[in-house]
Amino acid sequence: MSDLTVGRDLNLASELYLERIGEADEQGAVDLVLGLLDDGVPAGGLLLRLIAPAQRRVGELWAADEWSVAREHAATAVSEAVVSAVARRARPRRPARGRVTVACAEGEYHALPARLLSEVLRLRGWRVDFLGASVPGPHLITYVHQTGPDLVALSCTLPTRLPRAHAVLTACRSAGVPVLAGGAGFGSDGRFARLLGADGWAPAADVAAEVIEAGRLPSFPTPPDSPAHIADEECAELLRRRPELLAGVLEALVCGGSSISAHDDRQRENTAENLGHIADFLCAALYVDDMAIFGDFIAWTCAVSRARGAPPESVMTGLRILSDRLRDLPRAHHFLTEGIRAAQTAAANGPR
Amino acid sequence: MTPCGGLVMAEAQAERCRTEFLVEIGSRLSASLNTRRCAHATAEIAMSFLADAATVVLSPGDSRQARWLRAVAGQAAPEEGEVPVTVAAGVPCLGEVLAGLPGAVRWLDPGDAPAWLLPGKIGSAHRLLVATLPGNTMPVGALVLVRRAEGPAFDADAEMLARTLAIRAGAALSAALLYEEQSGINAILTADLLPPPLPKLEGMDLAGSLRASQQAGQIGGDFYDVCLPDRGDGPERGALLVLGDVCGKGAQAAVLAGRVRHCLRALSLLESRPERLADLLNRSLLGSPAPSSLVTLVLGALHRAASGHVRIDLAVAGHPPPLILRRDGTVEEVATTGCLLGVLEKTGVRPVAVELAPGEVCLLYSDGITEAFGGPVAREMYGDHRLKGALATCAGMPASALVERLEQLSTDWLAGGHQDDRALLAIRAAAAPSHREVRSHE
Repeated sequence: MSDLTVGRDLNLASELYLERIGEADEQGAVDLVLGLLDDGVPAGGLLLRLIAPAQRRVGELWAADEWSVAREHAATAVSEAVVSAVARRARPRRPARGRVTVACAEGEYHALPARLLSEVLRLRGWRVDFLGASVPGPHLITYVHQTGPDLVALSCTLPTRLPRAHAVLTACRSAGVPVLAGGAGFGSDGRFARLLGADGWAPAADVAAEVIEAGRLPSFPTPPDSPAHIADEECAELLRRRPELLAGVLEALVCGGSSISAHDDRQRENTAENLGHIADFLCAALYVDDMAIFGDFIAWTCAVSRARGAPPESVMTGLRILSDRLRDLPRAHHFLTEGIRAAQTAAANGPR
Repeated sequence: MTPCGGLVMAEAQAERCRTEFLVEIGSRLSASLNTRRCAHATAEIAMSFLADAATVVLSPGDSRQARWLRAVAGQAAPEEGEVPVTVAAGVPCLGEVLAGLPGAVRWLDPGDAPAWLLPGKIGSAHRLLVATLPGNTMPVGALVLVRRAEGPAFDADAEMLARTLAIRAGAALSAALLYEEQSGINAILTADLLPPPLPKLEGMDLAGSLRASQQAGQIGGDFYDVCLPDRGDGPERGALLVLGDVCGKGAQAAVLAGRVRHCLRALSLLESRPERLADLLNRSLLGSPAPSSLVTLVLGALHRAASGHVRIDLAVAGHPPPLILRRDGTVEEVATTGCLLGVLEKTGVRPVAVELAPGEVCLLYSDGITEAFGGPVAREMYGDHRLKGALATCAGMPASALVERLEQLSTDWLAGGHQDDRALLAIRAAAAPSHREVRSHE
């Protein structure tokens, strides 16, 4: 089958695929994809050019509040079943290309990109151990010593997992195994992967497979030129104070006559959760000393709140109180000031 | 990587090269506890500093095959393979090293080297250097260095460096072999303690998750299991599910959990009523010589009922009550009576039946979920109310997605703090079959 026909088939199929996973129609989605496989569309193309883009679309639909959390998770579960079905049907090359361990950073539950990478590498003749979502550091290191892979591919889609990803990445490298960092958690251009000492970075599964195939990684970790400078003093301080700090902010929001005082426990719970996310992203931004992490999150969270009918002002009030209470942490305070500006921009630009 | 440039070196450069060589050996060989990675590091260092190709041949030990791994100049990936012990032992020099005969370095005539020991692209070669990799009692293997005939032959300096590398590599490989042996035994001993793969059952959908507080070994005191009916059993007998939590943590708890699982497997051959099984298990635990043989658990016998419904006969012994997710998103708690097993003669466990309509879910879980401390704001307990609230948002999800979501929320709640063992097991009555044909006519 020519590339052109395959491309057209995939474009036609992707609408239908999204529709079927959106209805949690596992059988329908599996039939569709196995049908394409039988028609001669290569398995790797189905994984990377049909399933991966559809899952990105699922994320967007959730963020825009068009799909519920339940629908998003059900669709992802169907895609996972489809990947399994493709893996069972497709005939991988005889493993002769070395061994790779693929894992998600601790706390990371977006496992599908890592799963797709695993299957694509398997198809191309690599021996792959896929350890799944949220792999605790000690388990990954034990596994690395026991199985002796040629490299570890570590997936992280959210920057809030960076401190833990950093610890496990360093441990893998100390155990003599190079690490390919993968996913937007390491920065849209992979700058945090470099900062934290990874041996390589890829934004998504297809590029990761290419980097590994092309042998662009060293066989052993290259010692860093100088130890990564991690500006983590304020991050550590913020983590230490976090429980009292957030409890205090929540209290102030309720007593301050803000909109949440009138609402029920559920509302309070949501507000606490949002404050938790703000603190997590602030910590990550401080850890790698990168304002963009925090600014992007604030812009994103304003967009998501607006999609759900909450005005960006609710985010701004929390940021103001936080920044007021963190005057003694100059970088955190500065980031929060910038965050407030980002929220103001979001409020000014967005539809009311 | 050829940090030394050519093989003939000026004195100062030679000294610098030796230092670099030693630093490289120190940092690379101390890193891994894996024999393959140690062999790879050894071969790569030897090739970079001393030869055009370097092969590590590992002593076969009790195996009939000897593993080998080779680094070749100008080649990114190593070559690997296995040869029968008899073949390896038949090679002059190599056979003597593997047999443990004394001698640190031997010289092998290229004409006597078998094809698997000489990389094809080398062409004609000088005499091969075969260095013993010393082990704990017997050599752990041999390092075979090849230089192409066009370049310089091995000199006394190279031989000395090869001996140094061999001694260090032998120590690293011995430690790695010991670890490999120990973790192999550990894997066999703990295999039965890991959660079993869940079967596909007609008309229902099962999914489970187990997260141990002991993260390296992934074993602990929480467990779940499924016993399928015997072929001899009547059709009315369904699969038996159990989810439980034994007293204690880590390996010791995992051993007791394994005993409870085996005990229930045996008992389920004779008894199918969950409440009777709980009583029998209680008697077994009371009679156990091991102290603190205590367990809380939920037993559930699964039956398919009319019109796609699933009936579960439950017995709950001192365990958090199962939750039922109805189709409309309401969550019910199953009313339970019994106390934990292994303490009292009378358990007070009473049977209770629940019925699931298509798409409805029964969730079993351990207190590691509900009693997790964390949360966004303070060190707060997750609690039943949050678990129920989270479950209510899962209506319509397949069991695997539901379990993963609840596990994720629990992990988020812990936010990296101290965690207990956590177990989740969901049984979902299969949703009414959806037919695209039907939909397209709607």
